[in-house]
Amino acid sequence: MSSVIIVGGGIVGCAVALELTQAGWQVTLIERDCLGSGATAAGMGHIVVMDEGEAQLKLTLFGQQLWQALTADHPQPHEYHACGTLWVATDTEEWDLVAEKAAVYQQYQIACEILDAAALYAHEPALREGLVGGLLVPNDSVVYPPKSAVYLWQQAEKHGATLVYGEVTTIQTNYVQLNDGRQLSADAIVVANGQRCIDLLPELPIRAKRGQLVITERYPALIKHQLVELSYIKNAHASSGDSVAFNLQPRPNGQLLIGSSRQFDRTDRQIDQLLLSQMLRKAIDYVPALADVRCLRTWTGVRAASPDGLPLIGQHPERAGLWLNVGHEGLGITTALSSARLLADQMLQRQSQLEIQPYLPRSLQQEQPQ
Amino acid sequence: MSLNVVIVGAGPAGLAAAWSASQSNANITLIDQAAQAGGQIWRGGQGYAPKRYRHLFGQQTTLHYRKQTHVLGASEQQLYLATPQGPQQLRYDRLILANGARELFLPFPGWTLPKVVGVGGLQALVKGSLPIAGKRVVIAGSGPLLIAVASQLKQRGAIIKAVVEQVPIAQLLRFGRSLVGNPTKMLQAAQFAQALANTPFYVNTWITAAEGEGEVQQVQLNNGQRIECDYLACSWGLIANTELAQQLGCRLEQNFVVVDRSQHTSRDQVYAVGELTGIGGEDKAVIEGQIAGFVATGNYQAASQLAQQQAQARQFSQQLAASFALRPELRQLAQANTIVCRCEDVTLAQLQSQPSWRSAKLQTRCGMGICQGRVCGGATQYLFGWSQDSVRFPIHSVSVADLVMESV
Amino acid sequence: MKQIRISINGTEYQVTEHSNLAAVLMDKAIANRRSVTGEPRMAVCGMGSCGECRVTINQQAHQLACLLQCCDGMEVDCEP
Repeated sequence: MSSVIIVGGGIVGCAVALELTQAGWQVTLIERDCLGSGATAAGMGHIVVMDEGEAQLKLTLFGQQLWQALTADHPQPHEYHACGTLWVATDTEEWDLVAEKAAVYQQYQIACEILDAAALYAHEPALREGLVGGLLVPNDSVVYPPKSAVYLWQQAEKHGATLVYGEVTTIQTNYVQLNDGRQLSADAIVVANGQRCIDLLPELPIRAKRGQLVITERYPALIKHQLVELSYIKNAHASSGDSVAFNLQPRPNGQLLIGSSRQFDRTDRQIDQLLLSQMLRKAIDYVPALADVRCLRTWTGVRAASPDGLPLIGQHPERAGLWLNVGHEGLGITTALSSARLLADQMLQRQSQLEIQPYLPRSLQQEQPQ
Repeated sequence: MSLNVVIVGAGPAGLAAAWSASQSNANITLIDQAAQAGGQIWRGGQGYAPKRYRHLFGQQTTLHYRKQTHVLGASEQQLYLATPQGPQQLRYDRLILANGARELFLPFPGWTLPKVVGVGGLQALVKGSLPIAGKRVVIAGSGPLLIAVASQLKQRGAIIKAVVEQVPIAQLLRFGRSLVGNPTKMLQAAQFAQALANTPFYVNTWITAAEGEGEVQQVQLNNGQRIECDYLACSWGLIANTELAQQLGCRLEQNFVVVDRSQHTSRDQVYAVGELTGIGGEDKAVIEGQIAGFVATGNYQAASQLAQQQAQARQFSQQLAASFALRPELRQLAQANTIVCRCEDVTLAQLQSQPSWRSAKLQTRCGMGICQGRVCGGATQYLFGWSQDSVRFPIHSVSVADLVMESV
Repeated sequence: MKQIRISINGTEYQVTEHSNLAAVLMDKAIANRRSVTGEPRMAVCGMGSCGECRVTINQQAHQLACLLQCCDGMEVDCEP
């Protein structure tokens, strides 16, 4: 029986733990705080098929299918909620994107429905006047990621996986060193600790992309679908500077999550007031009733971004026995299950459902901050 | 340009700080969430303060009083505010934190029933014109507030069915003896004793359950006694409102802000006074407030003249903490199905399997509701020894529009 | 003291101007809200900390009654 140490008990690490224990490996998971407490807890938990390139689309679609299978019998532990995504078009330029996006989804048999303005308001009457239409993607959903992470872990634990609390300071060949002096060894090591991977492996091409979110009190009647602006990808994927994009999620309990923002190379927890204001102004612009909605809390989280927006899934290019599953940026919940499957396929030398090439750890040349 | 002194909290400590700071030519701003100055203890205004302190209210005419204003957060040089006119930022050169304390509530079966309220909570509601004459009230928990509120409510015609204090009699008598040499407090104690003559006063006793259909109708004590009532007021002491101090990075020890003899915190130009630095009531609050107001405006001589009174007030605060320490039996009051987090209805059983406050928050949403852990945080610290993690912006829940700043 | 009229759950009440809204609801034994598991709740802390006194005022949900004074024509809705 082979043994493996997984560094990082976020949703990705927990998913990898389950894949490998199910395959009969002896798994030790190392977590510095508590399970699902890093980027897993900070994000929105949107299970979304994203179409920024074929590789991303395939990985997110496969992820969504695995989520549907996981939650089919037991949706409750994940607070699974099939609210769908409604991409909102504000002008003719964005309306053109609706058709393009629909064509791509249809090519992959992903259900979607083009909404004209009247249909848009029938679906979401709280949207402001003057919008052009939208694209409804009904199979997108949301989960509550910290609970999902623990759920995945509990399944792994049933198969004999072990949890160790501690902070890994260095990774050597076949062993890791913890900050309290402990050394743990295994046949293989998997790094799945998100943006913190560069503390251990500074050669990885991963940059911090910090986000800020706001959660509100319960307003169960305000919106029904996760609302995202059609220029989201354009706004979200600028390669430098700070940016905001409208992204509003109805939690199953009636709370609303308001996003989103991006800041490169910041990992601190201080709220950026100016960026928060920009983000909220934009949200109010789309849904005017939000102005009077009561906010409970804001927080920051750090996405681990790779230069091409695709995660690194596979063996470290220069170190045998060291495996990576990092760089999921803002899609780590969607791609947790699919990336864990693809990583396990490689470690177990199994056939993969997807062509693995686009996700293999690549260029170690760190992109220079601009 | 004159110095910008900003004071958060218009209770005794904040008013006193404003009074002494206004002896200089500083530009003073006093911020409070209420419509009227006075804080919790002098709620209702000047008429509720002892005569010796009424002059502190007079200062409101010479400073900027920002009423109904919530401090949402702070950075090194400015505060983020939600005001009746919308969000604002306020720059400060000196910041005096005087934002007081809240009550500690411990969960027990039935504590979520309507008309089970805080002791200070009932006092506030009565000042807000809740009719109490002829109502049967049980006051339970711990601390001098029980007696003070019982005597006030009785004067307003309430039938105080019982005052229930968890502290053993010997400990209480020791505390009484420690007041000798403190004439103001002796007099106060004597007044309370007189006001509460013929009122059942149980020591070494605590509440084990509240019962009733739709609202509290009777309470059960650990001595087996059952008492019928219309209101149960309970609290187990006070917790300092340290959220703003924490956000500023001030050092805390045992849930209080650490200050030196000038009331200076570990952060430059930031002072803390009153209950924030240790529960001690109005006298400590006024002395500390005055010192901070003087020091912040450079009047060190005036501040140094208060040093002896400050030492005495701090000593009283320590006696108070030692005398009303909570007994371990109170950890057993909550049952498996007793709600601990009232915002999200999280039960004791759900929390018992959690390894930490952070984990409890993420897995059960304990502390994630509108109170942001202000109620359950104190309880879980006592029950499980969990310490709170970071304080999140905004400190007070406000509308989305109140978070949108024009520029920063 | 001046009497004013406010509406609570559609019923008109005469109350003293400036009386605290949480106090009025408690006196009339009207629960401010339902908890997430459906329990009736009223004010607890009386000072804006606990949030138990949340009500809808003039169609604005989640307002803290304990920090508000009654004013003429106020429409108060509590979760049924």
